[in-house]
Amino acid sequence: MLALLRRRLLHGVLVLWLVTTATFTLIHAAPGGPAVLADPKLTAIERAAIEHQLGLDRPIAEQYVRWHLNLLRGDMGRSFLYQTPTLPTVLGRLPNTLLLVTISLVVSLALALPIGIRVGRNPGGALDRLVTTLNFTSLALPTFWFGIVAILIFAVRWRLLPAGGMVTPGMAGSWTDRVRHLILPAAVLSLPITAEMIRYVRSGVAAAMAAPHLAPAMARGVTDRTVRWRHVLRNALLPVLTSLGLQVPILVGSAAVTETVFSWPGMGRLSVEAALGRDYPLVMAIAVVVAVTVVVANLILDLSYGWADPRVRVKA
Amino acid sequence: MTAPRLIIASTGLLVLLVFAFGGPLWYRVDPAAVDLAQTIAPRSPTHPLGTDESGRDVLARLMVGGRVTLVVGVSAGLVALLLGTALGGLAASRRPAIEALVGRLLDAAMAVPSFFILLVVVTLFGGSTVTLVVAIGATAWIGIARLVRAESLSLRERDYVTVAQALGGSPGRVFVKHLVPHLAPTLSAAAGIGVSQAVLTESALSYLGLGVQPPQPSWGNMLTGAQPNLLAAPWLALYPGVLIVLTVLACHAVAEQFRSPEFSRAQRT
Repeated sequence: MLALLRRRLLHGVLVLWLVTTATFTLIHAAPGGPAVLADPKLTAIERAAIEHQLGLDRPIAEQYVRWHLNLLRGDMGRSFLYQTPTLPTVLGRLPNTLLLVTISLVVSLALALPIGIRVGRNPGGALDRLVTTLNFTSLALPTFWFGIVAILIFAVRWRLLPAGGMVTPGMAGSWTDRVRHLILPAAVLSLPITAEMIRYVRSGVAAAMAAPHLAPAMARGVTDRTVRWRHVLRNALLPVLTSLGLQVPILVGSAAVTETVFSWPGMGRLSVEAALGRDYPLVMAIAVVVAVTVVVANLILDLSYGWADPRVRVKA
Repeated sequence: MTAPRLIIASTGLLVLLVFAFGGPLWYRVDPAAVDLAQTIAPRSPTHPLGTDESGRDVLARLMVGGRVTLVVGVSAGLVALLLGTALGGLAASRRPAIEALVGRLLDAAMAVPSFFILLVVVTLFGGSTVTLVVAIGATAWIGIARLVRAESLSLRERDYVTVAQALGGSPGRVFVKHLVPHLAPTLSAAAGIGVSQAVLTESALSYLGLGVQPPQPSWGNMLTGAQPNLLAAPWLALYPGVLIVLTVLACHAVAEQFRSPEFSRAQRT
């Protein structure tokens, strides 16, 4: 287990290094370099002064090392748009994004596990065909358009739910108000994850159903319910965890789009605003924070492999 | 997947192509003509699908917007296909150092959220069509590379490959001459999926204001203008979205036809 963790940790560091290097390369490959993006109206002398101040006149290798050292200290420069240090600005928005993503994941799991088990035990049935169709459709449905249609139906036509934001002005303390604001974005975000997850639960369950230990368990008189949730689900969890790991990077992307559609004040919407304002220090900081989040999420998932499957613990 | 479904899907794709590329040839309405006296007008003989928030003809914009979306989608899909095939081939090249390096790169790339890479690129380089094609293609190759690697790993064990190598074929030649033809069904399926992904990514970026820049219409950025007018003109939000969904579904359905058992196995893992 420890060896596995060490290997995964190393892999995580590698991914982070790849991301920071790619970002660094992109900044310096951009036409005009990083300083000119700040203000195109600057004179050559002012530009030289700024470049000197930012250390942009130093050798590229030194800049690369310096940028990484600053990164380690949590210093990722100041945002052009907000005139604040970037990292606290990003971290201030992170909880809202985590709330939305966590709720969506919980909803997806709560739906995908029972449906996947049922479908996996009866492949080819009516429910299976329905789920396959749903999966196919959700693949083709652009997140943002699905969000717009959901707003059109539930907020504009039926006036059931708010069209966006996190709270109604003046009702900041109300829990029901917050939940009502969460429903649409969480539903939009969780549909594709649910569809994808059902696929993994389904195939995991189908494989686990064929396992030799099930027949003796049923012969001992273990109830159907226990077989389903203890014997089958536990074995089917591994592919589900794998799918979660693959979903996380995609999820943060669709979360950014969903946040923008629903004016959800999270990190994703901030990143879109930053990109629109060409606020490159802020975009960079977000890219790094997102990469760290994904790496941490994958580490947690790797640890949960050991929890779900004792064989992983023993092997390592 | 039966043949009738393939026929429906490819006919649908053809209709979409004719709509976008042939449509403006006979429907000669300027998609950029602003008519502030007739904003968000409903269907009428002069504007068969009504007008948008600036009084521009929706049908003409859908046609021209489709051109942009399809051109970016297909080109980015091809970029992804080329990159994916080359890197997937390298990852199965029997050179341990290269295999390990490309393998690591693949693992790492899987863990990097491509949306944010796209954001960084668009922030720094702007949202020109060429940037979009290269950036979307450069983030969509990963899945294709994994497929090509998985299939090359099994193909390279075949006898005819050993013979080709024994006859002195260079690794590059063996890959292009002997493996790629056998990869063709997989690559066709991957191309379909790559194009549909690229269409989705382009429309999402354009919707966010980061992709195709107004006044040039694309199905994605038409939806940006539609959102504030949902109450008055819900149809503005429906047409471009339906066209995106149809395009993606058709690409997927055509790709499905090429799916070999190896393909679906690689997809599942």
